Amino acid sequence: MRRFTLLSAACAIALTVTALVPAGAARADDIVTIVIKDHKFEPVEVKIPANKRVTLLVDNQDATSEEFESNEMKVEKIVGGRKQIKVMVGPLKPGRYPFFGEFHEATAQGAVIAE
Amino acid sequence: MLASLIIVFREVLEAGLIVGIVLAATQGVVGRARWIALGIVSGIVGSCVVAAFADAISALFADTGQELFNAGVLLIAVVMLAWHNAWMAQHGRELARDMKAVGHAVRSGERSLAALAIVIGVAVLREGSEVVLFLTGILASEEGGIATVAAGGLGGMALGALVSVLLYAGLVQIPTRHLFSTTTWLLTLLAAGMAATAVNFLAQAGILMAGGTILWDSSGILRDNSLIGQALHVLVGYTDRPTEAQLIAYVAVVAGILLLTRWAARNSPRIASSVR
Repeated sequence: MRRFTLLSAACAIALTVTALVPAGAARADDIVTIVIKDHKFEPVEVKIPANKRVTLLVDNQDATSEEFESNEMKVEKIVGGRKQIKVMVGPLKPGRYPFFGEFHEATAQGAVIAE
Repeated sequence: MLASLIIVFREVLEAGLIVGIVLAATQGVVGRARWIALGIVSGIVGSCVVAAFADAISALFADTGQELFNAGVLLIAVVMLAWHNAWMAQHGRELARDMKAVGHAVRSGERSLAALAIVIGVAVLREGSEVVLFLTGILASEEGGIATVAAGGLGGMALGALVSVLLYAGLVQIPTRHLFSTTTWLLTLLAAGMAATAVNFLAQAGILMAGGTILWDSSGILRDNSLIGQALHVLVGYTDRPTEAQLIAYVAVVAGILLLTRWAARNSPRIASSVR
């Protein structure tokens, strides 16, 4: 019996976290596309509106997987070969936010300019 | 070749540190080697499965499958860590006193080990599937890719194992009476950091819309992607740009686990182990 109480108490912690999640995934209207080709980003710099949630669409035209990552924008997502992914970023203060492809960091470098 | 080894090592580092903490936290518990090995092996097998179905997982739930998967397995690990700490609060003292005299505790100790094996399995799974995708990409695209994959994969894993051993060796220098309270704290902060990471995945997926504002930026002092920053990220959940939601999750998990362990410790160990 106590075991169950213990387990449910542990679950309560997880629930505290998920309680923050509002129902349904809302989608921002702003979608900005970034293409990956030959392990490079195109365009290298993209402009997005500041102080707003923005969706980045990453279109990987290479055959191999890439990991789209940015510490500055706090995103990290695998893009399969010839696949697309969406990540939501922001609200970002005006500024430059670099991103990179972790699997090909030497060439895959780019940045988001929030303004 | 060196570049691939470094990438693999960075991915393996997280799992390596977690294995090191778990090894120290289970010091003296019978059968721990088997459980920890089981966690690592199932994590590696799971990595290959997840990598094989990466595109399918990613496409689930309106293309938020990857984030939900990551957040989900992280939250499972948080629950397992909370449960383990509560169990340790009930039985830790008997464990430290005399392993052989507490038959019941040893038996339920297996359950606690299973919880930690899941935590290890999840850590290996998350980072491992990225390693598999990275290495298969090299295999597919480079001349002589096999040598790079072998050097990167095996070398990275060996370095990860070295991290585990070093952290373990360091932690067990702590006198036994302080060891368990230290590892309990480490596991608590590990859980809190995982919850904060999970919250970030939910924000990235557009599921968690609130609390996305970044509270401070300490990247000038210590960057997330530096080696120390990354190690501290695993150990205490350090991040150079925490969001409001991440801080809330972090504090909530620390407070939740503290309350849970305090509550569990109040229950007499003898009564606890006789209630089956």
